[in-house]
This record gives sequence, C-alpha cells and structure tokens, in this order.
Amino acid sequence: MNEIADRNLAVAPRPRASRLRQAALPVAIFAVLALMPAAAHFGASGYILALMTRTMIYGLAAMSLDLLIGCGAMISFGHAAFLGIGAYAVGILSSHGIDDVFIQLGAALAVAALFALATGAISLRTHGVYFIMITLAFGQMLYFLFTSLAAYGGDDGLSLSRSHVFGLPVLRSDLTLYYVAFAALLGVYLACRAIVASRFGRVLRGIKDNPVRMQAIGFAPYRYQLTAYVVAGMICAVAGVLLANASEFVSPAYVGWQRSGDLIFVVVLGGLGTLHGAILGAAAFTLLAEFLSGLTEYWGMIFGPILVVVVLFARGGLASLLRGTR
Amino acid sequence: MTGDALTAPVLRLTDLRKSYGALRVTDGVSLAIGPRELHAIIGPNGAGKTTLVHQISGLAASDSGRIEFYGEDITALPMDARARAGLVRSFQIVSILPGFSALENVALAVQARSGSSFRFTGDAAAEPALNDVAMTLLARFGLASRAGFTAGLLSHGEKRQLELAIAMAAAPKLLLLDEPLAGTSHEESSRVIATLKELKREVPIILVEHDMEAVFALADRVSVLVYGRIIASGTPDEVRRDPEVRSAYLGDEAAEAMT
Amino acid sequence: MTLTLALVQILNGVQFGLILFLIAAGLTIVFGVMDFINLAHGVQYMVGAYLMAAFTALTGSFWLGLVLALPSALLIGLILEMLVFRHLYARDHLAHVLATFGVIIFLNQAVKLAFGAAPLSVPVPQALAGAVTLAPGLLYPVYRLVMIGAGLLVGLLLYVTVNHTRLGMLVRAGASNAPMVSALGVNIRLLFTIVFGVGAMLAGFAGAMVAPILSVEPGMGDNVLILAFVVIVIGGIGSIRGAFIAAVLIGLTDTLGRFFAPTLLRAVLDPAAASQTGRALAPMLIYILMAAVLFFRPTGLFPVRR
Repeated sequence: MNEIADRNLAVAPRPRASRLRQAALPVAIFAVLALMPAAAHFGASGYILALMTRTMIYGLAAMSLDLLIGCGAMISFGHAAFLGIGAYAVGILSSHGIDDVFIQLGAALAVAALFALATGAISLRTHGVYFIMITLAFGQMLYFLFTSLAAYGGDDGLSLSRSHVFGLPVLRSDLTLYYVAFAALLGVYLACRAIVASRFGRVLRGIKDNPVRMQAIGFAPYRYQLTAYVVAGMICAVAGVLLANASEFVSPAYVGWQRSGDLIFVVVLGGLGTLHGAILGAAAFTLLAEFLSGLTEYWGMIFGPILVVVVLFARGGLASLLRGTR
Repeated sequence: MTGDALTAPVLRLTDLRKSYGALRVTDGVSLAIGPRELHAIIGPNGAGKTTLVHQISGLAASDSGRIEFYGEDITALPMDARARAGLVRSFQIVSILPGFSALENVALAVQARSGSSFRFTGDAAAEPALNDVAMTLLARFGLASRAGFTAGLLSHGEKRQLELAIAMAAAPKLLLLDEPLAGTSHEESSRVIATLKELKREVPIILVEHDMEAVFALADRVSVLVYGRIIASGTPDEVRRDPEVRSAYLGDEAAEAMT
Repeated sequence: MTLTLALVQILNGVQFGLILFLIAAGLTIVFGVMDFINLAHGVQYMVGAYLMAAFTALTGSFWLGLVLALPSALLIGLILEMLVFRHLYARDHLAHVLATFGVIIFLNQAVKLAFGAAPLSVPVPQALAGAVTLAPGLLYPVYRLVMIGAGLLVGLLLYVTVNHTRLGMLVRAGASNAPMVSALGVNIRLLFTIVFGVGAMLAGFAGAMVAPILSVEPGMGDNVLILAFVVIVIGGIGSIRGAFIAAVLIGLTDTLGRFFAPTLLRAVLDPAAASQTGRALAPMLIYILMAAVLFFRPTGLFPVRR
C-alpha cells in the first residue's frame, strides 16, 4: 500500500543536525518563492509571475491531496472537485455582483465542507480500489453538474473579474495576487505540518501504517479519515478560489478527472507524505507542461511516457531526490 | 469491592455462532472468564480458535449469540469500541505499526486512552505525558534500548514483546492473546512465558495457544475447542484426564505434553 | 406514441448497457485476477474504434475492417502489456493509476497525431442499414439490434467460458485467491496475458461496434472508462455477472433518465425550470445510483469473496 512513502524512515532516532537538514529544503523553497518576483523583474516578469502563481496554486491543491494520500492512505481520484467548488464559488457569486473575497471564500469553504462530508461519508465506507473509483465518480458527478449550469456558462465556462477585498480591487495587481497565493501556500503548509505532527495527524498516519492495529488499540479509523477528508477538501477549495482569480475564468474542465489525475501525479512526483514535495511536484509539472506545450502541439505524447517512467523508476519523488537520501 | 466483583465473570460468551457458507466455524460456544484467571483455549489446527478470537475482539461479526464484558452487552460493538472498553487483543501474525518507532507504537496506545485525539496542534511525539508512560512500559518489556528504533526493523521476538507492551498501554481489563508464541525461537518464547506469568497477576487473560508446554505452565483453566465446539473445560489436570479430549485431540506433541 | 418512444428508449438503454458491459467485463476480470487497475482500458476502446475506422476506409468493407481491427486491437493491447503494465503488477494501486493515466494521455494524443482531431465516421454496412418494424409504429434501426445481439452473444460466450472451461475455472479461482492459483503450478504469467488480451479485445470490439453510430474522436474512451468503473463498482469488482447486471442497469438509468427526467419534473416545476433541472440532474443519476448502492453494499451487488 505505501511502498512509495515508506522510504523516509530512519532506523535510529534522528539527531538534531538531520532535523535541521530536513528543514533546509522547505525553507529554501519558500525563500525562492518569496524572492521570485524580484528576480522576475529583470525578465519577462508578467509571464513568469503568472506561471509561478499558478504553480503555487497547484502546489496548494496538491498539498491538500498529500494530506489524504501521503498521510491518510486515502487515494482520492476526485480531488479536483474541490478545486472546482472553490473556483465556481468565485464565478457564480461574482456573476451576481458579489465580489467580496471573504464572502466568496466563506461560501467556497462551506460548500466544500458539505460536499466532502456527504461524499466522504459514503466513500469511506469502502476501501482500496472501491475508494479510488467512487471518489472518481463523485468528481465526475460534479463535473456534469457544472456542465449543465447553463446560466453560468455550461460547457464553455465563465469569465469573471478578480475578487475585491473590503470593496477594493487590490487583487487586480498580479504582484499582489502572487503574494496572496504565496501567503496562502505558506499558511497552509505550516498548518498541514502542525496537523501531521499533532495527535490527530499521528492517528491518521497510524491508520495508514496498519488500520487493524489502530482499531485494536481503540481508534475508529472512519472518524479520523472523514475529518481529514473534510479538512483536505476545504484547503483545496482555497486553491480553487485563488485559481479563479488567477485565470479570471472558471470552467468544468477544472473538475475533470484528468485534473484529479494531474494532482495525484504532482503529489507522487514531489514525494508522498512530505507536504513540501507537493510544491516541487507542482513546479516540475507546470514547467514541464509549459515547456513541452511550447515544443509541440502533441506534447501529451512526451508527457504521458514521462509519467510512466516516473512511476516505474523514480520512487520517493523529488523531495527525497533533493534531500539526497534515497 | 463487593464479593460479587471478585467472582463475577469479566467475559461471558453465550451460544456464540459463526458460519462461512456451510462451514460452521464457531458452533455454539459458551464460556465464562473469571476476574483473576488465565484461561487458555487450545485445540487442533482448524478448530476455529482464531475465528473465536476475532469474534470476541470484534474483528469478525458473530452470526448469533451474546458477548458480555463486565456485565455490558458488547455483541454489536466494533473492535475499536471494545478496545476502548478494555477488551484488548494481540494477533497471531504480529501486528504493530511498522513505520513508527517502538516508542511511538506504545505512545499511540497511551494516547488512545488519555484525552482527545482530535487535537490538530502540538507535537504529539513530544508529549511527555504519553512518552513517559510508554517508556516505562518499553523498559518493563525489555525494549528500553529499542525505543527509537523503527518497529518494523526489530527482531521477531522483540516485535512480540512490543505487541504486549502496546496491549498493556491500552489499559486492558482483559487481555486476549492469539498465539503469542507463534514463530518465536526457544529463547524468545521462554522470555514471553516469563512475561505472561507476570501479567497474569495484573489482568485476566485469554490465551489461545498451540504450545502445550506453555499452556499447562500458565493456565488456571483450559478449554478445548474442536470443530467450533468446546468439548471440555476445567483445570489443566481435569482437562488432561478428560477421555473425550484424549480421543478427540491427542496424538502429537499434545500427548507428550499432557502425560 | 409515447409508449413507442419509451420502448425505443428502453432498447437504446439496453444497447448502451451492453456496450458498457463489453468494456466493463475486461476491466473487472483484469482487476479480479490480477488486482490491477487499468485506467488505460478506456483508450483500448478508442483504439478499437479508430482501427475500425482506418481499416474500413482502407478496405472499403465493414466486415473486412472488423476482421482486421480485432486482432490489431489485441496486438496493441499485448504490446502495452509487455511495455508497461507487466512491470506494474507487483506495485500498489497508486502506481497502477498513475502509470496507466500516462498511457491514456499518450494514446489520446497519438491518435490525434495519426488521424487528426476531427471526428471520423464509419458508414453502417449496407446489409445492416435501415430499420425494422418491431411493433406497429415502433421502428428500430437494424444496426442497433445487431449490437444488442452481439452484446448478448459475447455475454453468453463469456458466461460459458468462465463457468464451464478450465480457463474459466482458473479465472474464477484467481479472482478469489490468486496466490493459491500460482501455488497450484499454473503459469500465472500466461494466464495474466490471456486474461489481459481478452479484456483488451473486448474493449476493442466494443469500440469497433460503436464506430458506425458514434463519432470516432480522441478522448472518446475517457467518459466510457468512468462509466465502466461505475459499472464494476456497482456490480462488485471481479464479478462478471455483477458487471452484466450493473451495465444494463446503468445503460437504462442513463438513457431513460435523460429522456424522462425533464418530463417527470414538469409535474412539480414549470416547463422551463423542469427542462433545465432535468438536464442537470440526468447525467448525475448514475452517480447517485452508485452512491446509493455503495452506501448499503460497500463492496457492490455481487461481491467476490476474497
């Protein structure tokens, strides 16, 4: 079940030096992201800024999925649904003239929580491959729902203008949006770290390691997994709100199962259960997609095989590669 | 404590049944475990011992019958609820959290019974209240030097000891041990037997075991399970002399151990 | 009039269901025997349709096209198995999902490169063109009837194979206890390859059959794949009987839902709202059905005991 994740285990307790080294990579990632706009200033700044904003948003979405797959052994193949819920909350509300980002965010979080609670309650009754497929199906259900919303663009999607903060259009600046996304990513990363290390997170990791053992000492996996499912869904909805703002557009494609597949790829590419790996994975993914699609219209013919090769050969992901401990 | 509490059974099984298709694996088992006893359940391979353990612990549902634990009907409770009530089990195939340190394995069991686990902040691995208890237990089971080691990498005998430490950390009011000697070397098994001798003074135990030598050295009472039915129940001496047991069960190593 | 229309919709539903069955059967056997999740099963259906389109255009004959398309679909399936899937059997489900997802991306683009993005069409063969009168006022296309017949025939064939041959016995045994089968000295590698080939060919056959009535285009396998997943999850993974029943159930629910939902809702809503809600609700029906089934039976209608 967790062959990919179990590589970052140490035999003996970690001495403090190694803990510092472990913190080095996340710190470096966030330092680079914080300074990126300054560096981009010398080049094609608008383009790079937009690309990196998108990268951070996908990183945010993937990080929430890592909480499920990497820590909770819940392989959700419908996680893009929450991206769509966040994006459509912005799209639908702004088409009714409600531009305030806090109302949009509140709506996104509430709907995501409800959707996660309802679908999670059913999905988590199943296990293994059933769980993968049922989450996939629930994602598709939402996809078709959005497709049929003729009032909000149906298949074609919906253009929108960026959210306001206290009535002010401050997000209209790409640089502001970049730092908002950065702050969200950093906040979520720290929150996820705390959750993983907390009592709750330890139970979740235990359930991933050996669910029957956890039941035998008195933990009911269902309650903990459902809670994690709701939390991850809400985090991903935040990414959706940001994504709608970044692209000034929402469409059912945000919810498509290919998008869910991309998110899983990002998580695995970055390194399961590492959290910061999700950012690395997202960066590699967006840059690769950007590079390949500039190369040829048929970039999927290169990208697909890369995916296969990553699965077959690069176990442990970028995070463990960069840490130098395979 | 009233006299009743000293003698009333901690666990009572009434006409417990379970079938897989046409095969009756548990066929009307009734049994009462006293508050101070180590009750061994023995039986030949395929007698349905492990299924019975699964039914008692709640890992498998029973088709019919009733399970009472300290007077409460727990027949419908899932395994985790039974564990929280104090009915704690071990597994025939050793079951630990292989990716966690030995200390965390035990600390998680302590965590299960102390305070809410719906806490999303704070470093659980650094909670002294959990680690201190866990460390004491590890030391007791001879694993103090292994505290920081990844549990999956311990030796088989150490894993067995660790599983017992986890079980004790879960604050058992009854220990249900499913072949704790399976797969251990001679040295390891004498270590486990010594541990069990100590434990039986603290908590009632149901011991399902293949190793006759161990059973007759440890048990206050013995029940013999054959084809899902209990054919004899009594002190080791009584069971040893029971003619039905001899004809149904004896033949191999059991015969030597019994005579 | 309405009754005839309803009958036509029921026939369409059954026909759609049987196509789903052809795809789901392969998916469920492969998973049951090999514990392998093959997302690329949907593109095998697409490949079948494209091969059919290519060979029909090349030979000018539907039948020759079909005869050439089937072994080619099988061959492509086996090549994929050798290159990619074989190396995944020992890995976890996450690895299966990702690697086969990569295969989908590749093949969807590959057919676009080879045949263009525009949909292709395949003419209905002369002999099967036109419609027959099934009942007074009930006219139904011959080709669709043939599809129903072919679906039932393949279903029967599968049933006989699985229940009354040695290969079938191994497949059934493998679905409930794969290690035991290999312990019996059966060449598990060969069994896997055969099972996989049969699954690939069934999907290819389904693709070839629908080529004359649907447009052949990149990505046509994706939605079908997800429907096939819904089918095998409802039916119980590994169960061919379950896949059959669930496929027909899904085919009928989807077809009739799209047709009747707006009409039925008109009873409680005004016509405009009814038609919009109906259109929104209809595609979600099968997922709601799946959720309901799994809520009460988390391992599907006909779970295979493991």
